Amino acid sequence: MAKEAPVLEAIDQTAPAGHSSGPGVVYEWLSTVDHKKIGIMYIVYALIFLVLAGAQALLMRIQLAVPNNHFVTPQVFNRLFTMHGSTMVFFVGIPILFGFGNYLIPLMIGARDMAFPRLNAFSFWISAFGGILLYLSYFAGSGLYGAGSAPDVGWFAYAPLTAKVFSPGHSTDYWTLSILMSGIGTTGTAINIVATVICMRCKGMTMTRMPLLVWLLLVTSCMVFVAVSPLTAAQIMLTLDRYLGSHFFDTQAGGSAVLWMHFFWIFGHPEVYILVLPAFAFINEIVPVFSRKAIFGYSAMVAASVGIGFISLSVWAHHMFTVGMGPAGNTFFVFSTMVVSVPTGIKMFNWLATIWGGKVRFRTPMMFAVGFLFQFLIAGLTGIMLSAAPFDWQLSASYFVVAHFHYVLVGAILFALFGAFYYWYPKMTGRMMSETLGKWHFWFFIVGFHLTFDFMHIPGLLGMPRRIYTYEAGRGWEYWNLIVGIGAIVQAIGTLIFVYNLVHSYFRGKIAGPDPWDAWTLEWSTASPPPSYNFAVEPTVGSRRPLWDLKHPEDPDSSYE
Amino acid sequence: MMQTPVTFPVSVDAEAPWVLPNRGIVGMWCLIAAEAAIFMIFVVAYIYYLGKSLTGPLPSQILELPILGTICLLSSSLTVHAAVSTLRKGKVQRCTVALAVTVLLGAAFLWTTAAEWHHLIYEEGFTIRTNLFGTTYYSLVGLHASHVVVGLLFLTVTFLFSVSGRLGEMHAERLEVLSLYWHFVDAVWVVVFLVVYVLGR
Amino acid sequence: MAALLGLLVNARQASAGSPTSIFDPAATPAHSIFSLSMLVLSVTLIIFLVVAGLLLYALIRFRQRSTDSGQDPAQVYGSNQIELSWTVIPILIVVMLFLSTTRVILETEAKPKPDNALNVTVIGHQFWWEYRYPKLGVVTANELHIPIRDPNRPTPTYLEMSSADVTHSFWVPRLAGKTDLIPNRVNTMWLDPSEAGLYLGQCAQYCGTQHAKMLLRVYAQTPQDFAAWVKQQQQPSRADLSDQPLAEEGRMVFLHNACINCHTVTGTVATGRFGPDLTHLASRDTIASGAIPNTPKQLRAWIANPDEFKPGSLMPAMHLNNHDLDAVTAYLTTLH
Repeated sequence: MAKEAPVLEAIDQTAPAGHSSGPGVVYEWLSTVDHKKIGIMYIVYALIFLVLAGAQALLMRIQLAVPNNHFVTPQVFNRLFTMHGSTMVFFVGIPILFGFGNYLIPLMIGARDMAFPRLNAFSFWISAFGGILLYLSYFAGSGLYGAGSAPDVGWFAYAPLTAKVFSPGHSTDYWTLSILMSGIGTTGTAINIVATVICMRCKGMTMTRMPLLVWLLLVTSCMVFVAVSPLTAAQIMLTLDRYLGSHFFDTQAGGSAVLWMHFFWIFGHPEVYILVLPAFAFINEIVPVFSRKAIFGYSAMVAASVGIGFISLSVWAHHMFTVGMGPAGNTFFVFSTMVVSVPTGIKMFNWLATIWGGKVRFRTPMMFAVGFLFQFLIAGLTGIMLSAAPFDWQLSASYFVVAHFHYVLVGAILFALFGAFYYWYPKMTGRMMSETLGKWHFWFFIVGFHLTFDFMHIPGLLGMPRRIYTYEAGRGWEYWNLIVGIGAIVQAIGTLIFVYNLVHSYFRGKIAGPDPWDAWTLEWSTASPPPSYNFAVEPTVGSRRPLWDLKHPEDPDSSYE
Repeated sequence: MMQTPVTFPVSVDAEAPWVLPNRGIVGMWCLIAAEAAIFMIFVVAYIYYLGKSLTGPLPSQILELPILGTICLLSSSLTVHAAVSTLRKGKVQRCTVALAVTVLLGAAFLWTTAAEWHHLIYEEGFTIRTNLFGTTYYSLVGLHASHVVVGLLFLTVTFLFSVSGRLGEMHAERLEVLSLYWHFVDAVWVVVFLVVYVLGR
Repeated sequence: MAALLGLLVNARQASAGSPTSIFDPAATPAHSIFSLSMLVLSVTLIIFLVVAGLLLYALIRFRQRSTDSGQDPAQVYGSNQIELSWTVIPILIVVMLFLSTTRVILETEAKPKPDNALNVTVIGHQFWWEYRYPKLGVVTANELHIPIRDPNRPTPTYLEMSSADVTHSFWVPRLAGKTDLIPNRVNTMWLDPSEAGLYLGQCAQYCGTQHAKMLLRVYAQTPQDFAAWVKQQQQPSRADLSDQPLAEEGRMVFLHNACINCHTVTGTVATGRFGPDLTHLASRDTIASGAIPNTPKQLRAWIANPDEFKPGSLMPAMHLNNHDLDAVTAYLTTLH
C-alpha cells in the first residue's frame, strides 16, 4: 500500500468560499463563466447522454442477439444506430473531453480562467441546446406521410439518402441542425483553448514546460478549426439542397454523392483524432504519476502529437476505399494512413519506457490506463489491417470496422476517461472515489468490453455488414452476436457501478486534500476543490514538474531540462 | 486565515519580462482559420462542379466582372487600417471618419452584389436551383456576403460608440481585432473573385 | 462461465461452415485479398506479441512492492537514440506493408479487361438488384448467374455498377471485396469463380429501411449450364396460356392493375422499370432479393402484403381480393 503523499505546508489549502443554497445555486450554475463549473457541466451533460446512447446500444444488441428477431422494427433500429452514433460522437465524446480540458488547462498553466470566459459559457450552452434539439426529434420530427421521428440516416448521413426525396419529413434536419450547433460550440471552445494556452501561461511556463495534456489539447483545438468547418459547410449545403432546391448532392442534376463523402470524412477522420488526442493527454498525466517517473521523451511526445495532428488531416479517404477512387487515389490514402501509425507507435513506446524502471502503483486510475495501453495497441493494429486497401475492400462497412472503432472509442478513449475521472475527481470535489467500487467497476467493465468487442470482429470476418436490423441464420453469425450482447449487459453493470461511485463518493468519499496522488503539475498545488480564483498567488515555474522540484529540492527537473 | 503563497524553485530566466501575445488577436486568428476552412469547402465545391452543369447558363454567359464592388471592398481594408492607426495615436475624430467611410464602402459592395443578383434572378431567370453553377455560385457569394453583413454590423456599432464619445485609445487593440476580421473578409473576396469571375469564366 | 464456453464452441462450429467467410476465397480477387490479409495479420500479430509482451513484463517487473522504501525511482527523461530506433523500425515495416498492398491494388483494379469478358450491368435499387447482360439481351433481377473460370479461355465477368437511387454496395465475400454502387457514377469490378455453386452476400452500404434484406445470390455455373440459362432468359414470356385458365385470368389481373407501372414482362404491355423484371420470375429460387423462398404460397403472401416480410420495401400492398391473388400467383408461377 503506497504511503500517502506528504502535504507540504507551502501548498495552498484554502477552503472554497461558502456556496449559496437553494435557487441561488441554480442561478449560479446557469450564469457561471467559471471554467471549472463549465467543465463540470460539460462532463455531467455528457454522462447523461452516455447513459442514453448506451441504452440505445443495448436495445440494438438485444435485437441482434438472435437471427430474424422482432424485438424492434427496422425503422426503430435504423434510428437507434443513427442516434447512438451521433450522440456518442457529438454529445458525449466532444463535451466530456473538452469539459476536462476546460477544467484542467487554466489550472495546469497557472491561470485564473480561460481567455474568454463568456465565450466559454456560450459554447457550452449552444452545444447543450444542440443535444436537446437532437432528442427533440423523437417527438417533433414528423413530416409528410408521418415519416418523421428521430433521424435514421446513419451518423454519417450519406447523400443522396439524406435528400428530401429519400428522407422526407424533418428527421434529417434535426440531425443537421443539432450537430451544427454542436460544431459551433466546439469551435468556440477550441478558440478559447488556443488563446488560453498561447496567451495566459503563468510566468516561467514556456511552451516546452507545459504539461503534455495542455500540448495535446492545443493540437486538438487546432485540428478542430480545420476539421469541424468542412462538416459545417457540408451541412449548410445539405440544408440548401433540402430546402432551397440546390443541387450540391443531387445526383439527378449532375451532383455528386461522393462529394458529400469527401467533405464528411475530411471532417470525420480528424474528428476521431480530436477524440483520441485528449485520451492520450490523460494517459500522459496518469502513467508517469503512477509509475513514479517523468514521462520518457517529452520532446518526442510533443513532436509525435503534432505529427499525428498534421498527418491525420490527410488520411480521410481510407473510409472511401470502396467508392472506386482508382489505384492512384487508393494508394495515396493507404500510404498516408500507414504513415500516421509511426508517430502513434512512438507514443506507445514512450509510455512503455516511462513504466520501465518505475514503481507502478495499481490504483484505479492506473488500472484503467493499463487497460488503455493494451487496448489501444490492438485498436491500432486492426487499424493497420484496415489501412491495407484490398483487405479493407472486404472489411469495410462490416462488423470488423465496428469492432475496430469501438475498440478505440471504448477500449482506449473511454478507459482513459474513466482513469481521468478517478484521478481528477478528488481535485474537482475534494473527495476520493471509492477504490473498492472502482475496482469492481474496472473488472466488470473490462470483462464486458472484451466479451463484446473482441468477438465482434468475427462476424465481420464472416461477412456480416453493419447497420442491418436483422440477419439470416446459417451465416455463422448468430452465436457471436449473442456473446456480444452478453458483454454489453456486463458493461452496463460496470457503468452503473461507476455512476453510483460518482454519486456515493460525493457525499461519503474520503477527504482528498490538495495532492492525494503525490503528483507534480500545478493543479495539485491548490486546494481541492480549487477556489474560484484558482491560485492565491499566480505561480512562477522553472521546470515541467514544479511540484517535483518542490518535493525533491536535491534533484529538481530544472537541472535536466 | 492568511493563505500561504506558493513558491516554486525557479531558474534565472524566469526573471526576464514575461510577455505573451494578445488573446483577442490570437482568438481572431483562430476564428479566421475556422472560417477559412468553411470557405475552402465551398470553393472546392465550386471548382469541382465547373463545367458539370447538365443544363442552364454558363458563367461566361451571364457573369460580369464586379469591378466597382471589388474596388469598394478592398479600399475599405485601407480605411479600416486607417481607423486603427488613428485610434492608436489617440485621434478619435479621424478614427470616427475612417470607420464611417469603411461602413459606407462595405455597404456599397453589398449594394453592387444585390444589384447583380437582382439582375441574374429577374432578368436572366438564374437561381440557386437552376443548375450546379447556380448552386455553387449563389452559396459561395452568399456566404461571403453574409460575412460582410456581420462585419458591417460590428463596424457600425463601433462607429456609433465612436460618435458618442465612448471610444478611446485604450480600445485600439480591440479595434485591431475587428479590423483583422475585416481584412479576412476582403481576402476571401479576392479568392472568390479569382475563382468565380476570372477562372470560372 | 460454462454457458459462455458452450456458446464459444457453438460459435466456432457455426462459423466453420460460414458461406460468407472472407477466409474462404473462391475467385481470384478474393484470393489476392486473402494472401495480403495473411501477411498483414502475421505482421500485426508479431507486433502485438512483442509490444504487449514488453508491456506485461514491465508492469510486473516494475510494480511497487509492499517492501518498498517509498522513495521515487531514478528519473529518466529520454534518449534520442532509442527514439530514433523505434521510429526507423516502424517506418521500415510501413514501407514493406505499403509495397505489398500496392501490388494487390494494381493486380485487382488495374487489370486490363480481356476482350471476351462477360459484361454485366448492375443497377442498385432500394432494395433489389437489377442485372442486364447487354450483349446477350438478358434482363433479370436479384439472382446473378455467371460462368465459372475456364483456365483455357479466361472469361471473367466484369460488373459495371451504378445506382438508380441511393448508394449501395455489392459484397460477396468469397468472390471479391466490395464495391459501391453510386448514383451518377459507374464503378467496375470483376469476378471469376473457380467452382460452380451458389455464393451469398448482401448490400453493404446502408441504403434505407430494408438495407438488411437486400441480399445477393451469385450462381456460378459451368459454361454449358450458363449457356442454357442465358437461352432461357432470352425468351419472351409465353403468349399462349390457354391450357391454364387461372393463369390466363391472372395475366389479365396483372395487366389491368398498377403492376405494370413498376414491372416488366417481355411479350406483354408491362414495361415498368421501377421494380424487378418479372419475365422469368419462376426461374428464381427466391423473391424479394433473397429474403423469401420462391414458393407459390410465399409469393402470394408477398403480393398480398409486402410489409409483412420487408417492412419499408417500396412495393405497395396491392389490395387484391383472394381470387385475384390466386390468379396472379398462378400467372407468375408460369413465368419460367
